Amino acid sequence: MSELKIKVNQLTRVEGHGNIHLEATDGKLDRVLWEVTESPRFFEWMLKGRNYDDVSTISSRICGICSISHTTASLQATESAFGVKLTEQAWLLRKLLYNAEMLESHVLHVLFLIAPDFLGADSVIPLVATHGDIIVMAVRLKKLAYNLADILAGRKTHPITPIVGGWSKLPDIDELKAIRERLEKAMEDMDTMVAVVKSVAPMIPDFQRPTEYIALKDSKEYSFITGKIASSDGGTFPLEDYKQITNEFCVPHSSAKFAKHKRDSYMVGALSRFNLNSEQLLPKAKKAAKELGIKAPIHNPFFISVAQTVETVHAMEDAINIIDKLLARGLHEEEVKVKPRAGRGVGIVEAPRGILIHDYTYDESGNIVSANCIIPTGQNHLSIQKDFDALAPTILDKPEDEIRHTLEMLVRAYDPCISCSVH
Amino acid sequence: MRPKVAFFDFTSCEGCQLDALNLEVGELLGLLGAVDIVNFREIKTDRSDDYDIAFIEGSITKESEIPRIQAIRNQAKVLVALGACACTGGINCMKNAYPMEDLLKGVYGECAEYYNTIPARPISAVVPVDAYIRGCPPTTAEFVKVVKSLLLSKRPDIPNYPVCTECRMAGNVCVFQRGGTCIGPVTRGGCEALCVSAGRFCWGCRGLVDDPNTNSEKDILARYGLTIDQILERFKIYNSYSEVSKCQS
Ligand code: SF4
Ligand code: SF4
Repeated sequence: MSELKIKVNQLTRVEGHGNIHLEATDGKLDRVLWEVTESPRFFEWMLKGRNYDDVSTISSRICGICSISHTTASLQATESAFGVKLTEQAWLLRKLLYNAEMLESHVLHVLFLIAPDFLGADSVIPLVATHGDIIVMAVRLKKLAYNLADILAGRKTHPITPIVGGWSKLPDIDELKAIRERLEKAMEDMDTMVAVVKSVAPMIPDFQRPTEYIALKDSKEYSFITGKIASSDGGTFPLEDYKQITNEFCVPHSSAKFAKHKRDSYMVGALSRFNLNSEQLLPKAKKAAKELGIKAPIHNPFFISVAQTVETVHAMEDAINIIDKLLARGLHEEEVKVKPRAGRGVGIVEAPRGILIHDYTYDESGNIVSANCIIPTGQNHLSIQKDFDALAPTILDKPEDEIRHTLEMLVRAYDPCISCSVH
Repeated sequence: MRPKVAFFDFTSCEGCQLDALNLEVGELLGLLGAVDIVNFREIKTDRSDDYDIAFIEGSITKESEIPRIQAIRNQAKVLVALGACACTGGINCMKNAYPMEDLLKGVYGECAEYYNTIPARPISAVVPVDAYIRGCPPTTAEFVKVVKSLLLSKRPDIPNYPVCTECRMAGNVCVFQRGGTCIGPVTRGGCEALCVSAGRFCWGCRGLVDDPNTNSEKDILARYGLTIDQILERFKIYNSYSEVSKCQS
């Protein structure tokens, strides 16, 4: 009898703490498990009783990587509860800031966290010596995204200026002009990024598991912060009805809740967005998708980073377009008027890793009565598990190291944000 | 020998460690040349338990984190608390206002028994800390400054005056004068009043100045007819672990 036991404790190059277990006897899988061990922080309870003016500040801290997504979902939940409408200028700035987050998060994932898997390194550090140009470019792109967020929001991680109903401070017009130049130049870097990803694409494991893909959909644009919830199995759902999709439940081996719609699991994130909305990508992003040889629908989760690469181009292009609009119309100080009222509001955005939901109920003086947050990675945990179930039996004849590495790569492909999923 | 450096995360959002690497290309290459990063789970697979300087992000919020931080303390020559969660307990400590069972039942319902959680606390509540890099998240400039001092075996020079001092230097209109409330009078400066300069107010993310009670800026509250109690709700967001009484006279 030959026994195989694989245990990965605290998987590396992902945000947060998760483990992988695999047990097989005589080439037959006994079990494979994706286990989430992060400590819960109880944000829903911390928010109780908090005034709306402090709410996005607190909920931003759910996640350091996607704090702009949390801030945006939080503000939109509060705005929906109070019936606050944003001006066109406030919207443009919010979308622009959002592009900074997509850009930074995707570059971090594709070029810093995933690249070492394909280039045979344990991290990005040795790549500085072997692939210096790519790493210098990656650092440059990340810095650009940070700087874009800095001039709009005071800082990238836990933005300061976005407030309920608008902005506490407007960006400096000259800084906007200067960053536009840098974005324009960085479009050349996008060609390099696409070429790098294309060069490693043949190494992507060939694995297919069609599932349900869920993302926001907006008739007007490739949507990050507007629209309704849509499913690849058909149908759209108003934001307020998200529970019809998420149906959260607990499992003993995970401190994050799991989510389940009609099939055994569903997927959210860049690949879901691509599968549902690729028609609406901006021209340069469409060209990148063509160059990378991808066409919706794609059923291989390892292609999430390829979809992220296309979205990086899209975010860059969209950022330039928005700055052009802002420069053409000029920036104007706008008074932000907010009148709290009792009621519920749901804010849903496409965080880099998928749909992110903040659902608040307020009392009449604008203090939170109850809050519920649903995290993209929380929705993907079950998809990761189901992929494990399908993938593991097909690779058991490979050497142990390769099995371990393939499972690790699968989890990493999802770009999981684990501490965020536990919150 | 280049000092061996390790990064560890406890209960946190992991924003601090990611921001720590938000350096310019030159700074990053300089840092990678000056130290040997041997342990950094979030970006690196290989790990070693032989290190000199440990950067700790996050608070202690469950039993199993206590032996883990003790083991790190035993190994590290220098232990640095990185960010508000590690330095003061930060926002994680807001949950301490509730009994732990209520939290577990409230969030996990029937499944509460699967989990454990203890009241959140800063690193210094469990093991001695040698240096603090404050903020939620710390500014990159301060991170670089502290790392440089550590490499030169110098004590980092972190202000012990309140945010108000820097706020005035930045030429801001005082938040109280605008009719708002601000934790700046009792909060340790060093961020150049970042949030007030961005049109908002201070939440106190850098923790208290050493002696908030006798600090001269306290009269700002008096000037606007406010007491510490009135700013307490906001104060508790970041500082509910530190004795609130420190500020009450
Ligand atoms: S101090 Fe703030 S930024 Fe740092 S880990 Fe804690 S919540 Fe995140
Ligand atoms: S102004 Fe206050 S809340 Fe903002 S960074 Fe400084 S100490 Fe932290």
